[in-house]
Amino acid sequence: MTSDNDRRRGLLARLRGRPVARSRGRRRLGAAVRLIAALTLAGGAYTVFAPGVQAQENPPLSAAAGEGKALFDVSCVTCHGRNAQGVEGRGPSLIGVGSASVEFQVSTGRMPMARQEAQAMRKPPQFSDEQVRQLGQYIQELGGGPQVPAGNDLHKDANVAAGGELFRINCSQCHAFGGGGGALSSGKYAPSLRPASDRQIYAAMLSGPQNMPVFGDNQLRPEQKAQIIAYIQENLKNNQDQGGFSLGRYGPSTEGLAAFLIGIVALVFASLWIAGKS
Amino acid sequence: MKRRKFDVAALPGKSAGAVDDRFQVATPLRKLLNKVFPDHWSFLLGEIALFSFVVLLLTGVFLTFFYEPAMTEVVYDGSYAPLVGTPMSAAYESSLNLSFDVRGGLVMRQMHHWAALLFMAAIVVHMLRVFFTGAFRKPRETNWIIGSLLFWVGFLAGFTGYSLPDDGLSGTGLRIASAIMLSIPVIGSWVTSSIFGGEFPGEIIISRFFIAHVLLIPALLVALITVHLGLVFKQKHTQWPGPGRTNENVVGERMFPRYALKQGGFFMVVFGVIALMGGLFQINPIWYFGPYEAWVVSAASQPDWYVMFLDGSTRLMPAWQLTIPIGNGYVIPPLFWPTVVLPGILVGISLFYPFLEARHLKDRKHHNLLQRPRDVPARTAAGSMAVAFYVVLTLSGGNDVIADKFQISLNAMTWAGRIGLLIVPPLAYYLAYRLCLGLQQHDREVLAHGVETGIIRRLPDGRFVEVHQPLTAVDGHDGHGELDYVGWVVPKKMNRLGALGPAVRGFFYPIERPAEAPVSPGHPPVEPRPERAEVGSGESRR
Repeated sequence: MTSDNDRRRGLLARLRGRPVARSRGRRRLGAAVRLIAALTLAGGAYTVFAPGVQAQENPPLSAAAGEGKALFDVSCVTCHGRNAQGVEGRGPSLIGVGSASVEFQVSTGRMPMARQEAQAMRKPPQFSDEQVRQLGQYIQELGGGPQVPAGNDLHKDANVAAGGELFRINCSQCHAFGGGGGALSSGKYAPSLRPASDRQIYAAMLSGPQNMPVFGDNQLRPEQKAQIIAYIQENLKNNQDQGGFSLGRYGPSTEGLAAFLIGIVALVFASLWIAGKS
Repeated sequence: MKRRKFDVAALPGKSAGAVDDRFQVATPLRKLLNKVFPDHWSFLLGEIALFSFVVLLLTGVFLTFFYEPAMTEVVYDGSYAPLVGTPMSAAYESSLNLSFDVRGGLVMRQMHHWAALLFMAAIVVHMLRVFFTGAFRKPRETNWIIGSLLFWVGFLAGFTGYSLPDDGLSGTGLRIASAIMLSIPVIGSWVTSSIFGGEFPGEIIISRFFIAHVLLIPALLVALITVHLGLVFKQKHTQWPGPGRTNENVVGERMFPRYALKQGGFFMVVFGVIALMGGLFQINPIWYFGPYEAWVVSAASQPDWYVMFLDGSTRLMPAWQLTIPIGNGYVIPPLFWPTVVLPGILVGISLFYPFLEARHLKDRKHHNLLQRPRDVPARTAAGSMAVAFYVVLTLSGGNDVIADKFQISLNAMTWAGRIGLLIVPPLAYYLAYRLCLGLQQHDREVLAHGVETGIIRRLPDGRFVEVHQPLTAVDGHDGHGELDYVGWVVPKKMNRLGALGPAVRGFFYPIERPAEAPVSPGHPPVEPRPERAEVGSGESRR
């Protein structure tokens, strides 16, 4: 059976055993059927796996998202592109960033950006809360992504002390012990937390805006996020400084400055006064 | 029978006589109480340091009543809610209790810290005064050395105290200190493990720093301060040159009563300023930093201002690691140069400066008269250079805070510090030198030509000249008088020459009436200033 003749035949034919002579008509019919089957399979697989051009348009936008798209097409499209896919050298893609990111960036006035620089800074917001929600809804429906839970008070009944521990471990490296912010490399910075609302802090942790790392729900569970927010809002922001005027809570730098500008200046004037009384 | 009269007025004298009968103290005491101190405001800067030190001792003793120098782990259950349930060291817990549960504890802690900052600041300001006026010259070199040592011992006192609360900030500082010790070649690891009792942080460092901070270092400070003041007594205080003041005498006020009273008052002022700062301005809010944990380092973790220059030199140092090819290669980390070598050089230069200068100028004379900074341009310029160097390093120590609050790139700040460290000191030298020469020249000009009056006279030929008020009789030659510079202030305004009548004395409000009222029969009433004739070019068109 291991003759040269046998080796020249195809694999299927060898498995099938002895070749059976078929009529020319049947062979042609078989070839046509196989071709059609292969084409159908390939086409079907393509329609299943490939993102169709129609896919984005297919699910109809909700009313809020429609409003959001209208706002987007006026204010955001220059840098983020027609379908929020991003524009090279201007702005990143917004597919998948979620409404959390939109809410943080737009409600703090960081977006729309005034100019391209190391980092967008907090400004008076350009859009109302309702418009921010609509924009967020649009981006959410466009590509999904993290969302901030509903409600304005996100730290109700959370443990402040536990939040302090988490804050010192996770946040104080950049935002400093008093939440006043700090410098990062090349003009970037961690902003002050004093003007931030519950939702903005939550959104920032979820989306990791600018240079901030993402603290997803598997890094900091939602209740831990609530604790951190509680520590910031209840202790760092709400609490008066027990020791008097805080000097900005910038650490020993301003304390040293105060020792000279207030202490030494006052005492040198006192010595001028005392030495003048002769 | 005559009633014995009790004479109250004679009581102090009688009792003093009785004391002297027994102890023979009148002669030495008279010498002491009659000791004369020259009076100038700049001589009081050292007192600020001395009085801050007294406040430090007083408040520090209070703090030791409540502080517990132990690193045993406890769970906080005090009145500061945001830390309740947090595991921490006993030292940190007692610092928190001191701040929140001990009556007056927080204000005492803050006064202690402010007094420490002021102590170091006053030492530096006093040192600058001594340097720029040449008060360190022979015979006072020893006192200059003691003063410099006081700065460095104060530096140690500050650092050990900074570490005691065991909060996040002190732990971070300790970690850096241990890294600095580790960077010393050959002996580094032995030094570190013997100080920390093993690996950082260990369990003993707080107790060791405590005993150093409350016993060893204060004892050393007290000893040095005593010798410092004793030498001022023995060698007498320097004075500014001026009428009646020579290199061989001291003109001023007697120790008792005036000088002692003034110093007592000044102590009250210093105490008051420190108490106000302790009560009004929050310093080192340890409760925000939390207990020290190795993985917690806050942004804006800086040392106190007098250590900040070392932080700055570390930040500016490029990452140049030296590998010596012995065995597997011996590494000297870049940290070694800015934190061990640099302070070593600074200590050396500051200690030996008086000798360096005397050697350079071949000056072996005694100097009891001070020099105005402008009269010694080279020294003034060198001092400005040192100040500029220190300021650049100190600013670089806080460069992240500056970068953040003034919205400058942190990298730009680092490079500005690196370049500035090389460029600013020579620039300061040049500017100070030129400034001194300019001021000298102006002094000589005023002595030769008189004070500028601001009156412009037009001569018949149409030229304009400014009228000068000569300080002495003009010799008729070319309007020049002969006046030597004596190393003291040359009057440069007509007001100083009495153009406005007698000056009103008093700092905040006049202590004597400026107007007509005669002070004493011997002091005639002050004539009102005569109406000044208009200065014109001859005929006026009226």
